[in-house]
Amino acid sequence: MRTARFLIAPVTAVALALSLGACGSGGGGSDDGTIKVAYQKFGNFTQADELFKDVKADFEKANPDVTVELVPIEAQQNDYFTKLALMNRSPSTAPDVMYEDTYMIKSDVEAGYLAPLDDYLAEWDEWDQFVDGAKEAGAGDDGKTYGVSMGTDTRGLWFNKDVLAKAGLPEDWAPKSWDELLEAARAIKESDPDVVPFNMYSGKPQGEAAVMQGFEMLLYGTGDTLYEDGKWVLGSQGFVDALGFVTTVFTEGLAPTPQQALDTNIANTVQAEWLPEGKVGISLDGSWVAGTWLESGNAPWPEWSEKMGAAPMPTQDGAAPGAVSMSGGWTLAMGSGSSNPDAAFEFISMALNRENSLWFDVANSQIAVRTDVAEDPEYTKTNPTTEFFTGLVDVTHFRPATSDYPKVSNEIMVAMESVMTGQQTPEEAAAVYDEAVTGIVGEENTTQG
Amino acid sequence: MAVTSRGAARVIPLAPAVVLLALFMLGPVIWSFYGSFTDAALTGPAALNPEWIGLDNYTALFGDPDFPKSLWLTVVFVFLSAVVGQNVMGIMLAGLLRSAVKPVRSIASTVVVAAWVLPEIVAAFAAYAFFHSEGTLNAMLGGIGITGPDWLYSTPMLAVIIANIWRGTAFSMMVYSAALAEVPPELTEAAQLDGANGLQRLAWVTLPVIRRSISTNLMLTTLQTLSVFTLIYVMTGGGPGTDSSTLPILAYQEAFKFAQVGYGTAIATVMIIVGAVFSVIYIRALRPEVD
Repeated sequence: MRTARFLIAPVTAVALALSLGACGSGGGGSDDGTIKVAYQKFGNFTQADELFKDVKADFEKANPDVTVELVPIEAQQNDYFTKLALMNRSPSTAPDVMYEDTYMIKSDVEAGYLAPLDDYLAEWDEWDQFVDGAKEAGAGDDGKTYGVSMGTDTRGLWFNKDVLAKAGLPEDWAPKSWDELLEAARAIKESDPDVVPFNMYSGKPQGEAAVMQGFEMLLYGTGDTLYEDGKWVLGSQGFVDALGFVTTVFTEGLAPTPQQALDTNIANTVQAEWLPEGKVGISLDGSWVAGTWLESGNAPWPEWSEKMGAAPMPTQDGAAPGAVSMSGGWTLAMGSGSSNPDAAFEFISMALNRENSLWFDVANSQIAVRTDVAEDPEYTKTNPTTEFFTGLVDVTHFRPATSDYPKVSNEIMVAMESVMTGQQTPEEAAAVYDEAVTGIVGEENTTQG
Repeated sequence: MAVTSRGAARVIPLAPAVVLLALFMLGPVIWSFYGSFTDAALTGPAALNPEWIGLDNYTALFGDPDFPKSLWLTVVFVFLSAVVGQNVMGIMLAGLLRSAVKPVRSIASTVVVAAWVLPEIVAAFAAYAFFHSEGTLNAMLGGIGITGPDWLYSTPMLAVIIANIWRGTAFSMMVYSAALAEVPPELTEAAQLDGANGLQRLAWVTLPVIRRSISTNLMLTTLQTLSVFTLIYVMTGGGPGTDSSTLPILAYQEAFKFAQVGYGTAIATVMIIVGAVFSVIYIRALRPEVD
């Protein structure tokens, strides 16, 4: 009896170990007649789903012997990466084609999940339509190309003109520094205490959106950077200042309450409800947000182009070039275990041909990376903010292109969450970050800012 | 010869269970234990070729300021919600319901058991809706003119502890109902004749008789509570910050959110040890004397 009890104890306690252990590898694999396409479908982001449904129909018509199995993953961004990685770990679930964020490519190449596309691209007569930046974005550390870009993006300040007008701010409002931005937010708060003056994403639940749309838009405007000459920058004043800005907006009540900001659905809520309803004044967000309000979007809002304005995110104290932006973008990549790579590439090239790229870039408000799409009047006319956000390419920055970036990005989320909830001061959180990054990349790969 | 073949015959019916346990319990446990000594990850070079890194995960874990906090939160959560909450509530309810009239008994036990019958995810959402800043609790408080705080944000541990007591008490109540029914009435009657009052009868007669049930129940609820994940994850996500990140949440976050599977399994291994420590304590403290 006693031995039995001793057995029960550890056996029950490892329920979690079990679930961790369950992600081994299995057998099988999709057979030659099927290709599996994995992508994200979450909240307002339904454009990829529509695109792939159309392409599936066309592809199956052109290739009657191949079936396309669509695997929409309904998860918020960070969970999407996790689920995709888990799928990739087992040959029986690994997708043939996947919707892949540019910043995960280098890391996933090293994990052996992706197949190089160079041989196929060399024979694809449309590849020269892609701009060089887009080609680079899909490259791995070994110089080979692993992803075909679907479009890129920039980031800036969206604002509801009605809300700003109530606070006495002009229609062509464009702050010159963080202080002007904060003043505007304070003015909105004063004019209507029920409105959230300024939204920025922050904390672990928002994942990479918090880091890129939030933190990096601040940090890269301070003159400091995350990564320089192959080394991670630690202890910079800009890092502390950026966290200081996060602290200010959350403690002064200029941003959503921390509990709202830590809700995994806040991005959907802000874009589909709060901005159209005038419940948010200013939102630091991506160029693609307008896609939600288009007729093809999840929350159509015909008057959006009159009600919404956009301004560049200013640098900290207005230093040249005066504005800052970050760029990323998504690609289509091929799984390294694909049993039918020819069909997989054909699917990719079909999904990103001129017509489909145009549809996706317009519907999802992407900045086109194909020259023939960028020149198309349909692309330039449909969305009045396209020109503005395309213009931000001049001041844009890219995230550190290294395979350690996703891990470092996690540490930034942790730092943001600890300052927005008041658990740490910016200095303390920056110190924790420095220590964590040293642990991830090794002391030899860091430098003092 | 006859004895051996009889022994073998007795083992045969057990074999499928043993094989299944070894395959689906022991296997993953060993894999997880092994994984905690590697740098296995979901992405990056370590996903392709995990390397043996010895005790590095454990050194990193013990140096991580989140870890002692998480360990402490786990102990608080287990102690308050399982050891104190579920057990005390369970034995009280079982005792009270024994002396209640029948309709009260059936209604009350149905209500209590309902929380246990609900799938964990449903119970977690119910608790989330109850404690949410615009949820049932604050609506009721609002009805009597009190503005309640945002429970999940300002007092996350209190909220998850109460939710876990609500959910788990039924189990303890049922175990204790069965145990109390087994207490020979002549013992309590004899004590009553000797002039023992209710409390004395409980302390000196009832509890000693059911102590085996108490130790079994303590152990089961402790180990169940130790691995509670869904309830906390749905209600608070381990937040705000790390204010309700118990060990299972921390392990999940490291393994699946931050893609460091090796590190996550190291936390899981620590959980096994914590669970083993609790069980040893119970078995020692409530060791049944020969009777």
